[in-house]
Amino acid sequence: MTQAATNTAISVRNVSHSFGEADEARHVKALLDTSLDVTRGELLCLIGPSGCGKSTLLNVMGGLIAPTTGTVMVGDKPVHGPMPNDIAFIFQENALFPWSTIHENMILGMSFQGVPKAERADRAQRALEAVGLDEFAGHYPSQLSGGMRQRAALARALSLETNILLMDEPFGALDEQTRMVLGEDLSVLLSRSKKTIVFVTHSLGEAVFLADRVAVFSARPGTIKEIITVDEPHPRKSAFMTSARFHQQRDQLYDLLHDEIRKSMAQSGKPKRAYEDQSSRAGPAA
Amino acid sequence: MTAQSGARRKWLDRYGSRLVQVAFVAAILLLWHLATTRWGVNKILLPSPLSVWQQFVDVIRKGEFLADLQITLMELAVAFVVATVSGTVVGYVISRSPYLIKVFEPLFAGIYSIPIILFLPLYVLFFGLGPASKIALGITMSFFPVVLSTIAGFGNVDRVLVTAAKSMGASDWQLFRHVLVPAALPVVLSGLRMGFTIALLSIIGSETIASLAGLGHRIVNLAENMDMARMFAYIVFVIIIAVFLNTAVSALDARGKRQR
Repeated sequence: MTQAATNTAISVRNVSHSFGEADEARHVKALLDTSLDVTRGELLCLIGPSGCGKSTLLNVMGGLIAPTTGTVMVGDKPVHGPMPNDIAFIFQENALFPWSTIHENMILGMSFQGVPKAERADRAQRALEAVGLDEFAGHYPSQLSGGMRQRAALARALSLETNILLMDEPFGALDEQTRMVLGEDLSVLLSRSKKTIVFVTHSLGEAVFLADRVAVFSARPGTIKEIITVDEPHPRKSAFMTSARFHQQRDQLYDLLHDEIRKSMAQSGKPKRAYEDQSSRAGPAA
Repeated sequence: MTAQSGARRKWLDRYGSRLVQVAFVAAILLLWHLATTRWGVNKILLPSPLSVWQQFVDVIRKGEFLADLQITLMELAVAFVVATVSGTVVGYVISRSPYLIKVFEPLFAGIYSIPIILFLPLYVLFFGLGPASKIALGITMSFFPVVLSTIAGFGNVDRVLVTAAKSMGASDWQLFRHVLVPAALPVVLSGLRMGFTIALLSIIGSETIASLAGLGHRIVNLAENMDMARMFAYIVFVIIIAVFLNTAVSALDARGKRQR
């Protein structure tokens, strides 16, 4: 195995994905011939116009969607389905089980993954402390604010102790201020844990603030247009957000994106749009 | 003074609506009493509350109701258990496939809306005058609310919860036991409660139409013999049983829905 390969956490090769059969009216090409290497220990942001396939790519990486063509490798294992021992997901919507307390949610997640019973309570406690929620272990999700719920979802993912976290717009439903604070916390966590994180976002500022590299998507059918590097060590402080470099990189991102956003808006005038989101929502449970 | 009126308000908030309910029932009893004693309503058609009470005490003391109660409760239990098991199993299987939901949900909803009691004569021809025809009718009528709510409950589980469980490595059984069942439970329980009420209504109802035994049968029998006071005593008895059963089922339902 080459040096480059051992340094790669996830490798995506020529992945294309379409929703629906080719002859269906609702057929949508979400991803087109995308290749990408995620380096161990980095935070890679995927950014692009709505419906460009960035969430689809994330789900393909995590084995939640089998791509129409192409391959994904996690380490030296090909991805054919969920890999709970390597990859933990955090979703935009509240994916905590509403009938269980935060503590029970974490225990349940660990029992799904196969953590021995004796270790579960300890791990839950540590993960909750890491996100500052240890006092809320006995609360139900409905008793917490949106920001706290996402912290709890993060804690549940951390308790699984995977090397890779895939985050699908995890702060997307939160207000700007909560988002900023959670972003700072995530940066601190990253500096401590050496996890590999792939993070889908709409927010230019969030991408520059969090990412070591930002992959910019073209409009649908999405593919990676360019990757820019943000060279600033973690944990990043709020001062970084007001620096000239931050603004320069944010502007650079905007330049790369805005033609694609226009294209995407023209597409979304048509009835078929944003099919990437439906994959995780439509229809009854399988 | 203000503290006292505050305390009184709290008491009224808690017990006020109960008080009105009790007063309402008392008013009806009073009207009933006045109708029989003062306003000259025929005692053969409407016995006085007092004579009904005496008959009620007699029915309870002699334990005469036992045989009929047993029959009716047995019919109810069999019908409810069969409807619950068949309704939840069929509903769950249908809920697994969007195609099956598309086919069967409107079909069941349609059948649910027709008065199935019309089939009672047919059921009596098929199953006879005994408990079998009551049980069959009770099953037919309570199957639909159970199956429909099971389809709704299991068919509308939030997709992201399923995806999250799968991403954490949940097996099919774990997914069913720890995600699908708790997510569907409140809706399924509502259907079971409705199914229970409908089974009770249809069984007692059909006993009054064509039967050999049971509480409904006894009530019609007393009416035909013009033993009105005793008939009313049995009606009171049935009301008490029904209220008791429905309260028990509602309590179970509420218990299952706790913790949200």
